[in-house]
Amino acid sequence: MAGADDIILRVEGLRVDLPAGVERPHAVEDASFTLGRREVLCLVGESGSGKSITARAIMGLLPPQVVASAGRILFGDEDLLKVAPERLRAIRGSDIAMIFQEPMTALNPLMTIGDQIDEVLRSHGGGAGAARRARILALLADVHLPEPERLLHAYPHQLSGGQRQRAMIAMALVLEPKIIIADEPTTALDVTTQAQILSLIRELQAKHATGVLFITHDFGVVAEIADRVAVMRHGRLVEVDAAERILTAPRHPYTRLLLDAVPGGKLRPPAGTEARPVVLSVKRLAKTFRSGGGFLGRGRRVVRALKEVSLELHRGETLGLVGESGSGKSTLARCVIRLVEPDSGEVALGDVSLTGISARALRRQRARIQMVFQDPYASLNPRYRIGRLVADGLLINGVAPAAARARAAELLELVGIEAAAAERYPHEFSGGQRQRICIARALALGPEVLVADEPVSALDVSVQAQVLRLLADLRDRLHLSILFITHDLRVAAEVCDRIAVMQNGEIVEHGASAAIFTAPRHAYTRALFASIPGRRAGAQGTGPT
Amino acid sequence: MSPPQAALKDLARRFARNRSALVGLAILAAVLLLAAAAPLLYPATPFALAGKPVSPPFGNFLLGTDMLGRDVAAGIAHGAKTSLLIGLVSTAVAVTFGTLAGGLAGYYGGRIDGLLMRITEIFQTIPSFIFAIVLVAVMSPSIASTVIAISVVSWPGVARLARGEFLSMRQREYVQSCISLGMGDARIMFAQILPNCLSPLVVTASLLVATAILIESGLAFLGLGDPNVMSWGFQVGAGRTVLRTAWWVCTFPGFAILLTVLAINLVGEGLNDALNPRLRNR
Repeated sequence: MAGADDIILRVEGLRVDLPAGVERPHAVEDASFTLGRREVLCLVGESGSGKSITARAIMGLLPPQVVASAGRILFGDEDLLKVAPERLRAIRGSDIAMIFQEPMTALNPLMTIGDQIDEVLRSHGGGAGAARRARILALLADVHLPEPERLLHAYPHQLSGGQRQRAMIAMALVLEPKIIIADEPTTALDVTTQAQILSLIRELQAKHATGVLFITHDFGVVAEIADRVAVMRHGRLVEVDAAERILTAPRHPYTRLLLDAVPGGKLRPPAGTEARPVVLSVKRLAKTFRSGGGFLGRGRRVVRALKEVSLELHRGETLGLVGESGSGKSTLARCVIRLVEPDSGEVALGDVSLTGISARALRRQRARIQMVFQDPYASLNPRYRIGRLVADGLLINGVAPAAARARAAELLELVGIEAAAAERYPHEFSGGQRQRICIARALALGPEVLVADEPVSALDVSVQAQVLRLLADLRDRLHLSILFITHDLRVAAEVCDRIAVMQNGEIVEHGASAAIFTAPRHAYTRALFASIPGRRAGAQGTGPT
Repeated sequence: MSPPQAALKDLARRFARNRSALVGLAILAAVLLLAAAAPLLYPATPFALAGKPVSPPFGNFLLGTDMLGRDVAAGIAHGAKTSLLIGLVSTAVAVTFGTLAGGLAGYYGGRIDGLLMRITEIFQTIPSFIFAIVLVAVMSPSIASTVIAISVVSWPGVARLARGEFLSMRQREYVQSCISLGMGDARIMFAQILPNCLSPLVVTASLLVATAILIESGLAFLGLGDPNVMSWGFQVGAGRTVLRTAWWVCTFPGFAILLTVLAINLVGEGLNDALNPRLRNR
């Protein structure tokens, strides 16, 4: 634990004002915490809790019209809220560096990695050219990037997501800062990459004795990396304590709520669904995307998104389709409900084939299989009232307007939204509520199969749990069969009867959830399990259950 | 309050904050009023010989007379109606047609997109004013042929814009969800996508009105306007021979064109800023 003289950053009574007309007057209110040398402090909270604004206030990077109006941010004996802009610029980069969430947008796409890191060095007076180059190469090796020589001349788009984040970290470390602020640095990455980046941050932090302020919403990540944890809610710090104590014995009810909401890999009891009749069968489905290729078709990129995938979904069961980005799971979902035309293979709903039928016949079958999309903000037309949105499916299928409205109200009640809210517009609802509305809309036509494409990954954990419960409840009440697509094994474990693991367009392993979780056979499945953040805490028996 | 009303109110508030847009709106309102009041102010036809030829302004006649003794002020008042009418109608036709073509291309993509966009490009390769002259010359000058010519040269821009909008909206999840509900294509295009890309179309349309008025004036200036209808371009064209001896014959109608086009552009800019508030707060 950091002693008094070991403290390198002290935030005292920080208040950040939001522009007038926003839902609350302050983004951050009365926030006080310290960051010690060689310490990883995790700032945890749900979206809108003010954690990112706090980080930006420290860096002096607040958006226009958002101002820090009270308190002090002491770095050594300088108040970062008061120092001259030139001084702040000197501190940024050399003493305090930042790692952003999305390395693709944080890196300049028109400059090579080497030039971008070099620019940081040069702007802070980093010595002669050859010396700078040697230093950059050492650094790239430090962050375990392969072939540093070659990467010097690579552009950001030529790197994978994980490599880009490593390059960002190299850039943040180049001036040996005393503090690194990492704003959700692994949120945009796949789990296996996330695990690597987390251990890299840990390793470098120990090696360079840096203080790290790590912002995240994920308690799994917290368990993995934090020494101390500060929990934020609605702009206020609710609890600051050592990581073990927060994770094992949280005192504040909100912290407890957040911990309980973390999907803990609690296995669903086997329901023996495999004996039930098959409602959806996918046989040897293949899809290849061809992109690029100009006028003469040169330089085409061919991606085989699905390589003859087959699966069966039984009545009343939830089949989890798990995989990392680019594994083809979303393409599979879209091919199944025919939003994307598969190249070959067959999709059959009961005994009706959905492939190879006319557009008109397909439209009649659509009611039987419905989809819930990932982003509840993008999947509701902002121009219509939600009652109308839910009733739309019924209206186009010839239900009388009055009856459709009444049914829409029932459906909204079913997903836990007051029927009176039918007259309101999507933007008046929170993310979780919107996802409920999307579920109501998908259920309007009484489908047999629901395809849910990452239905909770855009939601905060506490809301995630509610939506997952709702889906499970609806499945049992309405005898739905759900094809549940997720990248999150913890979520899959909680809701799925059977699981299929996808990698590079193929299903590498499938079986009952319990079997997969207790004895994964395929190497990739094992790698996925090993990467689940927070397993360290779980192994100690202290993890959320 | 429901969002459309609230949004409209919000829009009006943002628009009203923009002073130059308000000035434009005021000028435009004055022109509209002039057009509406023309038959009351000058009940006689503007082609009537009202007094002594080339009498200077601010005498018997407010803005003087031209070389045939026609009242310039009466011409401007009646010409306002022509300009606005042609500007609005041809824009309406161009926007409707352009949105339809661009929407179909953007929504369906593939071969339909290729075909429609190649057609659009053919239209875009011909210089628009010269194309308009050719069209009017072929169809013989009249109000209808002017409207058709202006619409034909203006729709490709709208089509390109609408295509881009539809193309990006097509991939949105709310559209995907409509497809999976089994909604028909026409319904998705017009009831779901179109309302969400109205704002860029409205802005473009407002600026197209100004362009249409300019093209109309140009055609009339060249003597390709409807010979039975008074128009600003016609007045400028008629007065150009006496520009040095009777400056007022050309100048006042010219100012009318300038002011109206400027006003419409200001309003269009204001609408653009009001509809895309994020760009403005920078």
